[in-house]
Amino acid sequence: MKSPQSMGMNRSGIDLAPQGAEEMRKAVREFPPSSEGNQHTLAQLRAPYVAEADPIGSIPVPGTLTGAPKSGMQKLMGRHAEVLIDKLGGRLTFERTGTRLYDALIAKFSSRKDEATMLSVDQLQQFRAEEKAHIGLCWDALCQLGADPTAVTPMADTHAVVSLGLMQVVTDPRTSIAQSLYAIHVAELADNDGWHLLIKLARELKQDDIADGFQAALQEEDHHLATLRTWMEQICLDEAGVR
Amino acid sequence: MGINLLRDKGTPVDRQQFSWKDLVPKPISKLNVDAFTRVRIILMNGIESETMRFSHSCARMNKELQGYLARVRRKEQHQQTIVNWLLPADQSPLETTIAYEQVAIEVTAALAKAEPDPYIAQVLRYGLLEDFDHLYRYSALLDRLQGIDANTITQGYTDIVPGRPTSDEHRDPLDDLREHYDKRKAAPLTKLHAYTILAGEHQTHDYYMHYGPWFADPLARQLYAEIASIEEQHVTQYESIIDPTESWMEKWLLHEANEVYNYYSCLEHEDHPAVRAIWERFLDYELGHLQFAIDVCKHVERRDPAEYLPETLPDPIAYESHREYVRQVLRDEVDLRTDGSRFVNRSQEPDRSLSYRKQMNAEGSPSETVAAGWRWTPGGELVADKGLREAA
Repeated sequence: MKSPQSMGMNRSGIDLAPQGAEEMRKAVREFPPSSEGNQHTLAQLRAPYVAEADPIGSIPVPGTLTGAPKSGMQKLMGRHAEVLIDKLGGRLTFERTGTRLYDALIAKFSSRKDEATMLSVDQLQQFRAEEKAHIGLCWDALCQLGADPTAVTPMADTHAVVSLGLMQVVTDPRTSIAQSLYAIHVAELADNDGWHLLIKLARELKQDDIADGFQAALQEEDHHLATLRTWMEQICLDEAGVR
Repeated sequence: MGINLLRDKGTPVDRQQFSWKDLVPKPISKLNVDAFTRVRIILMNGIESETMRFSHSCARMNKELQGYLARVRRKEQHQQTIVNWLLPADQSPLETTIAYEQVAIEVTAALAKAEPDPYIAQVLRYGLLEDFDHLYRYSALLDRLQGIDANTITQGYTDIVPGRPTSDEHRDPLDDLREHYDKRKAAPLTKLHAYTILAGEHQTHDYYMHYGPWFADPLARQLYAEIASIEEQHVTQYESIIDPTESWMEKWLLHEANEVYNYYSCLEHEDHPAVRAIWERFLDYELGHLQFAIDVCKHVERRDPAEYLPETLPDPIAYESHREYVRQVLRDEVDLRTDGSRFVNRSQEPDRSLSYRKQMNAEGSPSETVAAGWRWTPGGELVADKGLREAA
């Protein structure tokens, strides 16, 4: 299989403009920096901003705290319930984005199946359906705790920012199936560890029913990750012509 | 190619048609495209943007022209979309910023070299050294924030070293104003240069104002704030060299003629087949716009457009590296400053600019901090000490 990246001339390196690079070196020798210091000097400007920064936002207070607490919340009394709410909100966001990532990959794969013959639309659809089901798990768990699943928690916002680059890669019509899979691989790696952490946190906070419900999701995520690793390896070796 | 501005009909406005698919062409490859194709795309976005800006201002002041301007403006807006949408999604705002500064350097140098009016040439060289410094500061940011070598964008055409230090560029507003050309005596090329450089600088200012808050890093946010402030100074400088006694109609005709000149210049240099086809198409569209404006001039204003426009175009803008020229300007003029519209030695700079600069730099200078001790090196400073091979 010919790599989709093997066509055309890449001009980003200096080997294509050796004379220009030599001239640039001459200019660097003639016109020195205007200020002393090094890369560590930059930290001095950043430090006060870091010290004085406000948080990106707060964890939403469960609406039911103003009324009778729900059973899940009762168990959390005296513990840091907001940490679980924050992480659940993050997981919820990531599963939503993950579902959309699979939507984008499926759309691209439908037009470019010859790039990755080991993939099947059915398999991708299954993974997509499982990601979507995980949204419901997180949503229900937040409701069980009396939290608002529509609110954006700080962790959810962090996930959304992290995911921007992944979405840019997968939705770009120019990126190959392999490059798109790489973005989803990154997402699945973080997703997998996210579920491990969430289950551990739920158990520590005595939310065993929630943790038990998440166990099946983790098994599905394990399967996603293992499959993606296999696909990535196969596509790479195919492109290199060694498989 | 011989173009007659007064007679060539181009594509009539009513036959200039678009679709949403048409507005979103295949983008260029950030990795494979020649840097000057990217330079032309960015400048032409600025040229279209300036025409839009002018057209709206003109419409607000001239009720009788609103319908005519609106018809042409819709075409210009769609043209701008096609041109700007040629930029690819994997080219980050900071990488695009590097390309904007390459535009500012190579295009300003080309104009300054060709400019027949010595004073206007001096104005261009003055701005050139400041934008030249911006490339160096942003390159340091790209290297120190993301570990990316700016030369992957500029491709060896443009030196990446300090110019007139950005921290010295902050001036009192009165020291940004220049003398204007005389509309009756100025060469057509001088007018085209003035309209072109104003377009480029104005879009650069707007770009930095738009993307400054996009960055999380406080140093990047400060650097964009600082350089956007200089770009505002440049807009003030360059708009002041245009004769303010030109009528609205005259300015409209000059904007359209300048678009013709710029698309023609792009076409003369372009090797990228798909981009070349766009320049060719839009050159014909702009000739259509010019003819439309000429008709308005004749029938609404009852003036002869030949009073305002030359018949033929000057030589195209030289899209090439101006390395040696820029270095010589740097050696000769880095210490120039301004006193009102006069260029003076730094020792003669007015107190009003010195005190303004002192105030702005009172809590540190982001442009000095970001490039503290920074020298361009292939692959960035992280690999400078690793004994990697000398690629050239």
